[in-house]
Amino acid sequence: MNKTSNQKAWFFVIPVFALVAFNAVVPLMTVVNYSFQETFGSNVFQWEGTRWFKEILHSERFHSSLGRQFIFTFIILLIQLPLGIAIALTMPKKGWGVPVCLILMSMPLLIPWNVVGAMWNIFALPDIGFLGNSLNSLGFDYNFTQQSGDAWFTTILMDVWHWTSLVVLLSYAGLNSIQPAYYQAAEIDGAGRWDIFRYIELPKMKKVLTLAILLRFMDSFMIYTEPFVLTGGGPGNATNFLSLDLVKMALGQFDLGPAAAMSLIYFLIVLLMCWVFYSLMMKDEGRT
Amino acid sequence: MKKIKWVVPTFYIIFLMLPIYWLLNMSFKSTTEIINVYSLWPQDFTLDNYKTIFTDSTWYMGYVNSITYTVFNTIISVSAALPAAYAFSRYKFLGDKHLFFWLLTNRMAPPAVFALPFFQFYSSVNLFDTHIAIALSHCLFNIPLAVWILEGFMSSVPKELDETAYVDGYSFPKFFFKIFIPTIAAGIGITMFFCFMFSWVELLLAKTLTATIAKPIAAIMTRTSSTSGYELGLLAAAGSLTILPGAVVIYFVRNYIAKGFAMGRV
Repeated sequence: MNKTSNQKAWFFVIPVFALVAFNAVVPLMTVVNYSFQETFGSNVFQWEGTRWFKEILHSERFHSSLGRQFIFTFIILLIQLPLGIAIALTMPKKGWGVPVCLILMSMPLLIPWNVVGAMWNIFALPDIGFLGNSLNSLGFDYNFTQQSGDAWFTTILMDVWHWTSLVVLLSYAGLNSIQPAYYQAAEIDGAGRWDIFRYIELPKMKKVLTLAILLRFMDSFMIYTEPFVLTGGGPGNATNFLSLDLVKMALGQFDLGPAAAMSLIYFLIVLLMCWVFYSLMMKDEGRT
Repeated sequence: MKKIKWVVPTFYIIFLMLPIYWLLNMSFKSTTEIINVYSLWPQDFTLDNYKTIFTDSTWYMGYVNSITYTVFNTIISVSAALPAAYAFSRYKFLGDKHLFFWLLTNRMAPPAVFALPFFQFYSSVNLFDTHIAIALSHCLFNIPLAVWILEGFMSSVPKELDETAYVDGYSFPKFFFKIFIPTIAAGIGITMFFCFMFSWVELLLAKTLTATIAKPIAAIMTRTSSTSGYELGLLAAAGSLTILPGAVVIYFVRNYIAKGFAMGRV
């Protein structure tokens, strides 16, 4: 759409700007402030320069939690995107099945995150949980509180349970926006099922899929509450993701300086990745 | 082929329902039964867990608190986002693209980063442990989201609508409230749904910003592990009840979800 230039539009944006600035700028500056200082209890601060940043960037602990975070996010995207698209493709297009599917599939999205964690904890307990008990009676040696492999498996399964529906809903919306004329044309040309997917459905879903990748990347990269409740980062440090580690450092050990420096580095990584996605998305919007 | 298609969504829905069923199953058992007997349905059906929650004010006030700040947040977010989204969808102005991206960056900020400064900030302005504090802090990620979704809906409304209204002698406020808002009602519905959803499910900030008065239900639930051992039955009942408001909201927007998503960012 061609927009008119109008500086008065700023007045419309002021409430949003004020509210978000109130919440974002002041706390962010607090974090920046802490990241350069050492605290000694009650309000005694000492300038430390970039010491915390150097320490964090070279610390083994940060590297391993960052590594775990990237692996986790990568696996999540790898499972949830294809699965979400597959489910959206096979969902009913009309009739009573549509609202039933949509309502049931949205359910996990509306459960508070710590309840999701608690629910999966109960569900996966090796003795009294359905998942744990079934796996063990099938002959697997499964115990997510003691074996790191099982802890990863459970955390990933939980996230797939929790968030795949978002990809489904977005893809489903993308598919619904395709005019029937495209399918009729494909039928006349004798296109197979794969060709229809590859040359009609996938390009039409491109925008919603970029959005789905962006949202899933951000949220899985910031995941905190669910693994905190489910595994608490354990066993050992096996599922100690970035934000879990950060909160442990800031609120647990009260190492404000290093925690603040880590927050900033963390935030910058997320920002960088999202900027890449965002510019890719905007480039597409400019073209069409 | 037509028959086989049903298999994938059906299995997916069964997979989604299993943990929820397990939670419900546990909520109707006593804690001793949960620990001692493994069974697929309650052997000794009891409503005691629910009774405890509905009679103990520290429990049920948690739900009231959660719903209160969620509703506050949804109202603030959507009403602030409406004019902003209109500006972004209709006008070019100084720094519009940067501002839009800056808003989005706040949606990307990990709440873990903000937990501690929020605690100090809201304490210093005397808003600690109030509903409005949580509602405001959730604006951090809900306003950007609301602006983003609404902008998508508004951009799909042709500009001719605005122009025709002005030719017909409508003033801007009259046009905005009488014509424009009804036109994008589906979009507003879906935006409210998302704001409600993200405010309802968030816990880290809500927990950090409250002590007793405005404590959300999700934070109260963590109490079951500290007092008198691990009360699994009570925990399961409280968890099951947190699913209800979500289910109600989905039911109301069920027609909007399909339509709304299709009209939104596509």
